[in-house]
Amino acid sequence: MSETISLKVETQSDGRSIRPSSVARARQDQTAKRTFFIVTLLPVILIVMITIALFLRALPILNAHPFTQLLFGDVWKPSAGLFGFKPFILGTVWVTAVGVLLAVPPSLLVAIYLAEYAHTMTRSVAKPILDLLAAIPPVVYGVWGLLAIVPFVQGVLAPLSDRWLDSIPLFAINQPTGFGILAAGIVLAVMIAPLIISVVYEVFSTVPNELRNASLAVGATRWQTIRRIVLPQILPGIIAAIVLAASRAFGETIAVLIVVGNVANIPTSIFDSAYPLPALIANNYGDMMSIPLYDAALLGAALILLVVILIFNVISTLVLQRLKRRSWA
Amino acid sequence: MGMKKKRWERRHLVELFMKAIMLVSLFLVAGALGLILWTIISRGLPALNLDMVTQTPKGGFYMGREGGVLNAIIGSIYLAIGGTMLAIAFSLPITLYLKAYLGDSKWGDYIRLSLDVLWGIPSIVYGAFGFTLMIAVGLRASLLAGIIVLALVELPIMARAMDEVIRRMPVDLEHAALALGSTKFEVAVRVVVRQMLPGIVTSVLLAFGRGIGDAASVLFTAGYTDRIVTSLMRPTASLPLAVFFQLGSPYPEVQQRGYASALILTIIVLAVSLSSRWISARLNKYTVK
Repeated sequence: MSETISLKVETQSDGRSIRPSSVARARQDQTAKRTFFIVTLLPVILIVMITIALFLRALPILNAHPFTQLLFGDVWKPSAGLFGFKPFILGTVWVTAVGVLLAVPPSLLVAIYLAEYAHTMTRSVAKPILDLLAAIPPVVYGVWGLLAIVPFVQGVLAPLSDRWLDSIPLFAINQPTGFGILAAGIVLAVMIAPLIISVVYEVFSTVPNELRNASLAVGATRWQTIRRIVLPQILPGIIAAIVLAASRAFGETIAVLIVVGNVANIPTSIFDSAYPLPALIANNYGDMMSIPLYDAALLGAALILLVVILIFNVISTLVLQRLKRRSWA
Repeated sequence: MGMKKKRWERRHLVELFMKAIMLVSLFLVAGALGLILWTIISRGLPALNLDMVTQTPKGGFYMGREGGVLNAIIGSIYLAIGGTMLAIAFSLPITLYLKAYLGDSKWGDYIRLSLDVLWGIPSIVYGAFGFTLMIAVGLRASLLAGIIVLALVELPIMARAMDEVIRRMPVDLEHAALALGSTKFEVAVRVVVRQMLPGIVTSVLLAFGRGIGDAASVLFTAGYTDRIVTSLMRPTASLPLAVFFQLGSPYPEVQQRGYASALILTIIVLAVSLSSRWISARLNKYTVK
């Protein structure tokens, strides 16, 4: 076995001992402990640093315009000094909502199936499929959306909606292209599904088998056991998984940018195009140093994303940590 | 009696129905993967040729003339290797500290919480943060800036994945080494790292795959150039951005090369994902059972 670390070798007066003294090893242990401790603080420091850095860079725009005017202003015209984030915030919310609504039902069903019904064989086939789905890069999802989903929305879903749901404003066709909230939502749904499935699957495994066996033993079906016994135990965990997935969708940039249309209007229908915050930042980073306050506005957009996602993430992670902790007790 | 029988039938119908829609959902998810791969392969393959992976963009490349995306392939590999190395340098101490000193304590959970929160921060925000850092220190869009930001994106993914495998290590080996007089540091480096090597390799490759495919973080920080990068201080192309920029072209030939670039990226990422299973299975031979 090769030595992977060098130890200070202390030799006794007769020159025979070749092993490091316990004092040297204890000192090395202390040094390592201190170094590792500092590195371990890095994640916390990073979160604070990112927040402060974005806040400081966004400060000029916060000083120049009232906060409510920025959040609720309709007009985005950087060259005229108008920075209303409302269309972008609403665009993000619409896209996220459609993505989450489409992803949650099938993802929950798959997670329940894998956790409660599936044979080990099925699980060992499903795991790599989910891993691969999670491994596909966002830009590839974007290409898929552009080549498959946008034409599908334009050629199939929009005509169907036009025929059957046209009187409902939520499904109205206001523009002829397939680019828009629905296309982005479908792409996002596939992107966040692996996350929901894996988190919910883990949450299911925190429920002890004794509970299931007791229910099955008195004659309940599997589904009755899940609905009456298992689900009530882990409902907070499932909600946390959905919130986590929503925050992932909220910040997704490239895949959404490619299919969402990028028109800064206030959406009223899922077939409308939209312009979410991440797309705004990614599309305009090149010009942001050329117009006054533009850079502050775009980094302010990043700050809005960060704050919303921090809140979502902290809450959902705390809920999940508590659930897992309980199962060990 | 009759009523009882009816109720019995209904809950079993519900059981069957739920099972059926669960299976339909499972096929839907698996089908989505198939559909994505089929779309990328069938549209990317026609434009994929040897030039794509052996040439840099020549004059008129962006109007459909000859050349390839070798600059982006090399750039992405440099970016992801650099980012992954840097992320390992921080992830390993963090996970070993969590294992050796914090364990499942409250403080351990706080660190895990902060890693999970970092994991949730979108890469566009990391990119924007990297941009503010670059302004602060006077660094221009470069391979180095891209590597640093990718390391930030990869750090929480790698550290959490490592933590999940390391915390599940059976305590017997650790106790045996401690009982023989090892210090905690010696246990961490000589016992935990060696025993958990398969899981550590999987975590590293997971983060590498995430890093090489990330576009939003390098958009701000690494820049783009048609040459193969030769210095840490120069801007570099990357494969995700090559895909993205070519998609936006009005020339159909260029768009098709965008699809081909997406296929190249997909092949790289899937190869990394699949090989990580194989490598960790191979390494498993060298651990104590």
